[in-house]
Amino acid sequence: MATKAIVGEKVGMTQVWDEQHRAIPVTVLRVAPVRVVQVKTPEREGYAAVQVTWGFRRASTLTKPELGHFERAGVDPGRKLVELRLDDTSEFEVGQELTAELWSAGERVDAIAVSKGKGFAGGMKRHNFKGQGAAHGNHKHHRAPGSIGACATPSRVFKGTRMAGRMGGQQVTALNLEVVSSDPERELVLVKGAVPGPRGAVVVLRDSVKAPAARNGNGRRA
Amino acid sequence: MHPTEIIDRDSLRDDVPEFRPGDTLKVHVRVVEGNRERVQVFQGAVIRRQGVGVRETFTVRKVSFGVGVERTFPVHSPTIAKLEVVTHGDVRRAKLYYLRERSGKAAKIKEKRAVRP
Repeated sequence: MATKAIVGEKVGMTQVWDEQHRAIPVTVLRVAPVRVVQVKTPEREGYAAVQVTWGFRRASTLTKPELGHFERAGVDPGRKLVELRLDDTSEFEVGQELTAELWSAGERVDAIAVSKGKGFAGGMKRHNFKGQGAAHGNHKHHRAPGSIGACATPSRVFKGTRMAGRMGGQQVTALNLEVVSSDPERELVLVKGAVPGPRGAVVVLRDSVKAPAARNGNGRRA
Repeated sequence: MHPTEIIDRDSLRDDVPEFRPGDTLKVHVRVVEGNRERVQVFQGAVIRRQGVGVRETFTVRKVSFGVGVERTFPVHSPTIAKLEVVTHGDVRRAKLYYLRERSGKAAKIKEKRAVRP
């Protein structure tokens, strides 16, 4: 699991120039300072995590239980509550602030967000099916999935057979992205490549759990 | 305003002269050879300018030893050492692809005499 994480909002994509004058595609994330509302420990909750919020929200828009939760922590109510699962939360305390300073250029991160909803999508878009030929007498079956099973045996369609259906709108984790730059003053983090979700999506950034090079290189973890 | 403009502003050049398709341009390109860097000049006619912001690009066409050569550069690319407008051309189109089918005198672009406002 991750050793550090923060939550931000997707601003959009653009490009920046690197030292070799190449254009690097980047996703801009606005990472406002987040406030720790609750620290969860394996002893009490059974797992380690910190619950954080960011931004501000009028108290009148909250329900009484929510308001009580913020009041107990002594933290101003924020836009949303997000839980960040971490290896160890013993160094965190309620009310603590985390900013984009957490990241530095070159670090590897994972970005977790809910992807853009694609609606009811066919097999070609949803599962990368090939579709069928354009010619050779094909009629109105160019994007059809083809066979979904055999005949009298088993005389049913197997569970889990890939077909058309709802696509997107699910939590997606983009693994091992590079942090291009981090600007705590402007509350921005630039991540190389695409991040799931539409502009304005809530994105959790955590240090990459599958970056072997980074792991051995700087000895952050055993 | 595009939401990523705060980031784009850092990548933009402020020394880009005004130029349009039809203009003849001298593009001073930084070329890295091994660990040495030198500047190479690519001179030709701008046949296209497209895109907006950091992603804006332009294409310069020249005929080199009888072979047409086109190079596309990002307008704000740091590989460009300098941009020099040699002449302003008098053309009626935004994309001068018709030059590809022409050669010799027919491929010549009239020069604009009047000063642009």
